[in-house]
Amino acid sequence: MRHAMATKIEAAESVREYLAGQEQKSLLRFLTCGSVDDGKSTLIGRLLSDTKQIFEDQLAALERDSRKHGTTGEDVDFALLVDGLEAEREQGITIDVAYRFFATPKRKFIVADTPGHEQYTRNMATGASTADLAIVLVDARQGVLRQTRRHSIIASLLGIRNIVVAINKIDLVGFDQGVFDRITAEYASFAESLGFRSIVPIPMSARFGDNVTRRSDKMGWYSGPTLIEHLETVVVEEEATDRPFRFPVQYVNRPNLDFRGFAGTIASGSISQGDEIVVAKSGKPSTVKRIVAHGGDLRSAVAGQAITLVLEDEVEVSRGNLLVSPDARPDVADQFAANVVWFDEQALLPGRSYILRTETDQASATVTELKYRINVNDFAHEAAKSLEMNEVGVCNISTQSPIAFDSFAENRTTGAFILIDRISNATVGAGMILHPLRRSENIHWQSLDVTRHARADLKNQRPAVLWFTGLSGSGKSTVANMLEKKLHAAGRHTYILDGDNVRHGLNRDLGFTDEDRVENIRRVAEVAKLMADAGLIVIVSFISPFRAERRMARELMGQGEFVEVFVDTPFEECAKRDPKGLYARALAGAIKNFTGVDSPYETPENPEIHLQTLGKTPEEMVETVEHWLNERDLAEHQYDDGGGI
Amino acid sequence: MLARLTHLDRLEAEAIHIFREVAATFTKPVMLYSVGKDSSVLLHLAMKAFYPAKPPFPFLHVDTTWKFREMIEFRDAMARELGFDLLVHVNPDGVRDNINPFDHGSNTHTHVMKTVGLRQALDKYGFDAAFGGARRDEEKSRAKERIFSFRNAQHAWDPKNQRPEMWKIFNTRVAQGESIRVFPLSNWTELDIWQYILQENIPIVPLYFAKHRPVVERDGMLILRDDDRMKLRPGEVVENKLVRFRTLGCYPLTGAIESDADSLEGIVSEMLTARTSERQGRLIDRDEAGSMEKKKREGYF
Repeated sequence: MRHAMATKIEAAESVREYLAGQEQKSLLRFLTCGSVDDGKSTLIGRLLSDTKQIFEDQLAALERDSRKHGTTGEDVDFALLVDGLEAEREQGITIDVAYRFFATPKRKFIVADTPGHEQYTRNMATGASTADLAIVLVDARQGVLRQTRRHSIIASLLGIRNIVVAINKIDLVGFDQGVFDRITAEYASFAESLGFRSIVPIPMSARFGDNVTRRSDKMGWYSGPTLIEHLETVVVEEEATDRPFRFPVQYVNRPNLDFRGFAGTIASGSISQGDEIVVAKSGKPSTVKRIVAHGGDLRSAVAGQAITLVLEDEVEVSRGNLLVSPDARPDVADQFAANVVWFDEQALLPGRSYILRTETDQASATVTELKYRINVNDFAHEAAKSLEMNEVGVCNISTQSPIAFDSFAENRTTGAFILIDRISNATVGAGMILHPLRRSENIHWQSLDVTRHARADLKNQRPAVLWFTGLSGSGKSTVANMLEKKLHAAGRHTYILDGDNVRHGLNRDLGFTDEDRVENIRRVAEVAKLMADAGLIVIVSFISPFRAERRMARELMGQGEFVEVFVDTPFEECAKRDPKGLYARALAGAIKNFTGVDSPYETPENPEIHLQTLGKTPEEMVETVEHWLNERDLAEHQYDDGGGI
Repeated sequence: MLARLTHLDRLEAEAIHIFREVAATFTKPVMLYSVGKDSSVLLHLAMKAFYPAKPPFPFLHVDTTWKFREMIEFRDAMARELGFDLLVHVNPDGVRDNINPFDHGSNTHTHVMKTVGLRQALDKYGFDAAFGGARRDEEKSRAKERIFSFRNAQHAWDPKNQRPEMWKIFNTRVAQGESIRVFPLSNWTELDIWQYILQENIPIVPLYFAKHRPVVERDGMLILRDDDRMKLRPGEVVENKLVRFRTLGCYPLTGAIESDADSLEGIVSEMLTARTSERQGRLIDRDEAGSMEKKKREGYF
């Protein structure tokens, strides 16, 4: 009896020791990918079987299934172990990614078995997004195929840096070194530009187990590692705790008035009690007061941990914001360039509105420009108007409100997003951010104490941007000039931004191509926004021919601040007036890209003020604008007086 | 020097992240609490995820009236001790028709009392997200399922058309009537579960530990005769054997194994040398080929 008890205690200790050993093992997440029928599922079945992960009852079921659906004659069909869906077993193909788990004495593994069919590329991307290494299978008889390339480029875009090229079914080419060398060279040359850190080719037969876990005795010419030896020893990037601190706020925990914790998972870096942080979007600084955890506060925490932070100050933070280290901040922008992989049958269309989702943030987004599509065969950049299902491209994306992010190359967590269809709620695309646009890198919002309201109040006026648009010679400058004089006389604080004047200074580097016109307007809109922030009534007098840019300007300004004034004079009248002699020269072909002549003017659809100039004096038009402004301020006052009580 | 995270640390963080994501993005989540070891781990993680607050959702147990008595006692004790909001639902139609595993077979019983019962409860309360304790290593159709697994308004799973699931960015958007089943333990293995129970000292139903219990051998399984609703067939005898359970469900459908493992260490040690998978003790998975997938498509967890 005593003896039995002692044995039990010993056994318990050895179990604890064993488990402690298990905890020290590192984890490798990898996927198998490549073309249809290259033997991905068979390889995983072989790995599971040879590492003793298959239980007797599962093996019995497998033998039963093999007789029913198997494709390997009398032998057990290992693919049936992973092809877990009925449709997959019936059709003998893999439709969706399967996750399997196994361990060797050296390491733990999570493997994603992904489908080879092009139509299921989205499921391959799903498996690749959480993997650190990809096994790209190549059928020795077929060599590198289109899907081999597509999967390699997707793996590369998704940040996978380690590749195993499994040259499979080598038994079917007589274990020929020539075939192996040729495929190895072919893969190496096309993958050159994909930025992989390691590419390890291994000749194998998944079906018979050669060079999977057991060294083959039929390929004396191969001296490299078996697959499992390589998987057990390959070095993949550890979550670097010395990178800048990034904490996407996922959930605000507020059980009572005395506790306000920000819950989330540390994306990179580390944090300790007393560390200074900054709220990415507002620039507000604070200090970490507590790192709350069930079972006692932590002194510090590292990337990968799901924690709850309590800050010293009452700063405004909600889900979607990032808490970051003050000296290495992320970008905060509403426009950026990104690689996009498209999943949906309905093509990606520039201009269409999608829901963009990062790990915790969400915003309406449009693709403002599809810069190019990447040809998966030769990686050529091709012009495209849309991105079809399973295609990859580079886009400029604009979000309705700014998001905080890093480039995907710097941070796989804070640099990634998905796109969701507004109507079906389907996940239609995945994106990897390259860089912010508008050169806003390294510029962060400084939090300012004097607010725009305070500035406007001091001037006793409500800021506005009066945006005069119309053809050259329509009378914009005349009306604008007269309006400013009257407002000034009435004690208003104003400023005129005139197209010609700004082109002499700020925009002297810009010409009249469509791209330059867009940039011209963008700069002026930004300047007008700053002036409105300062409390001014800004009068902008620009041809501004494109609706998209006027809309962009409108969206920059605060609610109700943007007033579009359409100075509507027919082309013939402008050409007749021709105060600067420009129409004559343009019509003679001496000036290129002249609005109304060989460059379009897109008339406003819903301007706040529509000035039809024919038969009216400038004074009458100024009165119309003044009247409109007074009405607005009056409405504002009524609202103010009634709303507060 | 900061400590490296262990394998269990990572699994724990991933599960907590998933819990919080649901709480932040759904209007009416619920946790399916089945009282087994995986549910116990799930409950423990939920308590951790929202500390110092309580989990901001209720716990639902779909009772079939055929659960082990010790499971029900354990369930009520946990709810009292941790103070969570426990909802219990039994399919009233099944009770009216006296649906039971003996007369109707495991298939009909499970469908009416579990699958339909669950659908009734989800509709009754209008839950838009439901946590479950399923793991991908349990069964091969589970190995195919997303962590956030979409269900249409009829609670059905469409395995051929799952939403892509990239990184940790979860698409949590659903239309009226649709819902998401959420599996925080997707990437855990059975060993991870036991190891975590050991590490965190998580209470589990005593049926997991070996003890002398009155069992009947029937259809190649050892069935614990938990009450006298189970009639003995001719030739059957109740024997007192040293047994325990690897999984828990309805007692007439759950086979015991002969074992002397009366501690967590003993269980782990036994598991490491086991040559059969844990679902083997479950009659319902063997009824027909692909039976788990079929049940899941119909709305089973």
